Amino acid sequence: MLGLLRRTLLIFLLTPSFLMAQDFENLVTLLPEGDFDDRGRVVNQIAVSGDDRALPLLEMLTNGELSYLRETGRIVTLREEGDDDVAYDALSDERIGVVGRRDARDIRVNNGLRRDIAAAIGRMGLQSPDPAVRLDAAQRAFRARDPAQIAALTDALSAESEPHVATVFEQARAAAILQSDDAVQADKRAAIAVLAARGDRDALSALSPALSDPALVADAQAATDEIERSIASWGLAQNLWYGISLGSVLMLAAIGLAITFGVMGVINMAHGELVMIGAYTTYLVQETIRNSFPEMFGWSLAIAVPLAFLTAGAVGVAIERGVVRYLYGRPLETLLATWGISLILQQAVRSIFGPNNREVGNPDWMSGAVDVGQMAMTWNRIWILVFALAVFAALLLVLNRTPIGLQMRAVTQNRSMAANMGIRTGWVDAMTFGLGAGVAGLAGVALSQIDNVSPNLGQSYIVDSFMVVVFGGAGNLWGAFAGAFTLGIATKFMEPWVGAVLAKILILVAIILFIQKRPRGLFALKGRAVDS
Amino acid sequence: MTKLFPLTATLCAAAISVAAPSMAQDAPSGEPIKVGILHSLSGTMAISETTLKDVMLMLIERQNAAGGVLGRPLEAVVVDPASDWPLFAEKARELLEVEEVAAVFGNWTSVSRKSVLPVFEELNGILFYPVQYEGEESQRNVFYTGAAPNQQAIPAVDYLIAEEGVERWVLAGTDYVYPRTTNRILEAYLISLGVAEEDIMINYTPFGHSDWQTIVSDIAAFGSEGKKTAVVSTINGDANVPFYRELGNQGISAEDIPVVAFSVGEEELAGLDTAPLVGHLAAWNYFMSVDTDANYDFIDDWVEFIGDENRVTNDPMEAHYIGFNMWVQAVEAAGTTDVDTVIDSLIGQTVPNLSGGYSAMMPNHHITKPVLVGEIQDDGQFSIVWETSGLVPGDAWSDYLPDSADLISDWRAPLSCGNYNVATASCGGAAE
Repeated sequence: MLGLLRRTLLIFLLTPSFLMAQDFENLVTLLPEGDFDDRGRVVNQIAVSGDDRALPLLEMLTNGELSYLRETGRIVTLREEGDDDVAYDALSDERIGVVGRRDARDIRVNNGLRRDIAAAIGRMGLQSPDPAVRLDAAQRAFRARDPAQIAALTDALSAESEPHVATVFEQARAAAILQSDDAVQADKRAAIAVLAARGDRDALSALSPALSDPALVADAQAATDEIERSIASWGLAQNLWYGISLGSVLMLAAIGLAITFGVMGVINMAHGELVMIGAYTTYLVQETIRNSFPEMFGWSLAIAVPLAFLTAGAVGVAIERGVVRYLYGRPLETLLATWGISLILQQAVRSIFGPNNREVGNPDWMSGAVDVGQMAMTWNRIWILVFALAVFAALLLVLNRTPIGLQMRAVTQNRSMAANMGIRTGWVDAMTFGLGAGVAGLAGVALSQIDNVSPNLGQSYIVDSFMVVVFGGAGNLWGAFAGAFTLGIATKFMEPWVGAVLAKILILVAIILFIQKRPRGLFALKGRAVDS
Repeated sequence: MTKLFPLTATLCAAAISVAAPSMAQDAPSGEPIKVGILHSLSGTMAISETTLKDVMLMLIERQNAAGGVLGRPLEAVVVDPASDWPLFAEKARELLEVEEVAAVFGNWTSVSRKSVLPVFEELNGILFYPVQYEGEESQRNVFYTGAAPNQQAIPAVDYLIAEEGVERWVLAGTDYVYPRTTNRILEAYLISLGVAEEDIMINYTPFGHSDWQTIVSDIAAFGSEGKKTAVVSTINGDANVPFYRELGNQGISAEDIPVVAFSVGEEELAGLDTAPLVGHLAAWNYFMSVDTDANYDFIDDWVEFIGDENRVTNDPMEAHYIGFNMWVQAVEAAGTTDVDTVIDSLIGQTVPNLSGGYSAMMPNHHITKPVLVGEIQDDGQFSIVWETSGLVPGDAWSDYLPDSADLISDWRAPLSCGNYNVATASCGGAAE
């Protein structure tokens, strides 16, 4: 009965004369009624009501925080207190009491309604005293392209004092004018010029209505062509960046293998699982921080880096001492044994942590993107590139500038001579393998930021890693460096043309052909791997 | 872990007999009826399939507490095909030949189902398959309780057209049989609705693809040409997370370009950083957030059985719930577990589903289900934004593909044919 009453009310609501009499609280109780279109109309009424409570209410609605009680129809917001959900009145914030999950229903919001709310909030923010709010409102208005807002945008533009906000207001107004049917031609021409100056993809889509207008098509086409030319050249730069970024990931995954396989000549099929161990170490570090020191979350990766290196390195040393050292010079057996180890490690992790993906969060400084001209560089990729280069530089330093690095190279080049000089070759073997494994663990920290942390994490990188090392030339870090970036850039330039699947196949074929021509890869080196 | 089961069983039985004395019958006696559970408990598919094994154990335990079937207790026979497709066939053979189970509940991937089909045909078993799949199949020994494309993909597209006004489509999928077939059907469907070919972009990626930068920027470019764009994603479970994360990082929100996924459910979202996924869509026949008493009871049973308040329920679990109850009813109706009799008796069985209606087994061995569209919330649950007004019957052979449009499936006598060609009036009209 109550529902029917409200539905009738809703129909009345849509007749404007009745609206003025509506009291804000009644309006709000209508939110759960009808379908999304009805709800959109109620939202617009709330937005124009001028009530102070409208903005926070709409924000709660768009965030899905509003519910209504099945019994009374009261609009509430639920907050968790301990194990219970407690209902608070959405408008007065009065505490109503504990509700079970069957007592309250969410007020449904979908993407379309969320767009309406954003437009409504945008209109309300145009006159805000805070420039940041005005900028946000201007950007919302630009995306909304609503001709009904032209007057409001013109007012806002004339009142605006901040130049960068004014620019966006002008662009938003231009976009709305092009969308409008009754704007005059001169205004539309001016709007095209404003959008052409903006010159990005959003401007392109804002220009599209003008392309179907015979009077404007020449201007609009010229502007569109100009924008597309600039986008195309930026697209090239963007592709190059994607390639470099993929290359940095490949290098991180492969560089540990460049030591174990490249320098020592051990075909380590468990390399991917060492990467996975690094990723799970990151997970454990983040879990501990979340539970005990939540304010430290931004530091979680910095803490995880040394721990992942040590954990994976220790597992690596254990593998070398326990299995691999008995199999030197027998590549086939090494391959099978390490393959077995990889399966054991995978299933062990699955038994301990469960088969599901584990949540590893991005710290704030790794989320989002920075715009460079017309290309977007995401922060996580930028940091991974920096990290990869840092790891590479550190490894070069260790191998070329430290006593342990000298011993490693000596053992690699001539084992018996090195032994005669008093080097404990067994110990050096273990350290070298441990170093390679530890670096794999470092890769795991980085990969946890862009990939799923699951027991299968390693499997997806093992083939790529071998490809990089074989292509770059075993036994040389610079080979892995050049190999990774070549493969990364080549893949990314091929992907838009042939698709991700075919790109992968073509790269594989190209490497096979390349290896036929140069069996030792890009940078061939003499070493135990070559002699045996 | 195993030691817990008898205890939980007793508790469960006690709870049920106290709460609903009318349900409790005489304790089942006699030789147990064996029910096979063929789900991977190790390997890559363990993430999804382990839960289904658990839900089957729960259903069997509850059935036993309610008096078993035909007065006899049910006994679960669990085998582990270890995500290895040929091993699925071996384990299916073991279940049917050695254990002589009355019915098997199992499989997840299409390739594993294809691998066990000949075994079920040869040894004449019953398989309940609980996962949404690409259709284009109807086999006498298999009952498909998951969604066919017309029960998931096509209604999702209808929703995007009606509610979001989408005019441009990106069909993105992982490169294997389910996405390829589904996208073929969707493409044909969209073209039949008058969508121009240049407004459809199809993209395939390898399994476990993690570098989505190029593809996401392609989608952004494709979506910036003035028409409302949506992505229909048949991307396989795991690869979705880096995909959504890249969308978020490149600043594409669900309000700009919504993504509707067919392989992302509560189980996949559990324990993930859902922030980049919020607002994107999924289409299923069941969500844990469905607001019915039957569903709340099911969730209560499940968390009690599994002993973990935070465990979620998902669509394939509901499919097993429906399939299991149908099988129990069919066996009770037939009065025997004889395979041929039960296969005939299953058609027409109607049982309550968890979304407040009833699902029926149809002559083509598919079931009727409602279709729901939900938006991902930050707590890993879905907020249901749309549902079909009635039940949608599963269509084994898509009407939108030229090579299957003429095919129908009807396993009742006298037709008894899974791929009857109505144009040539013969059974086995086209490719299987």
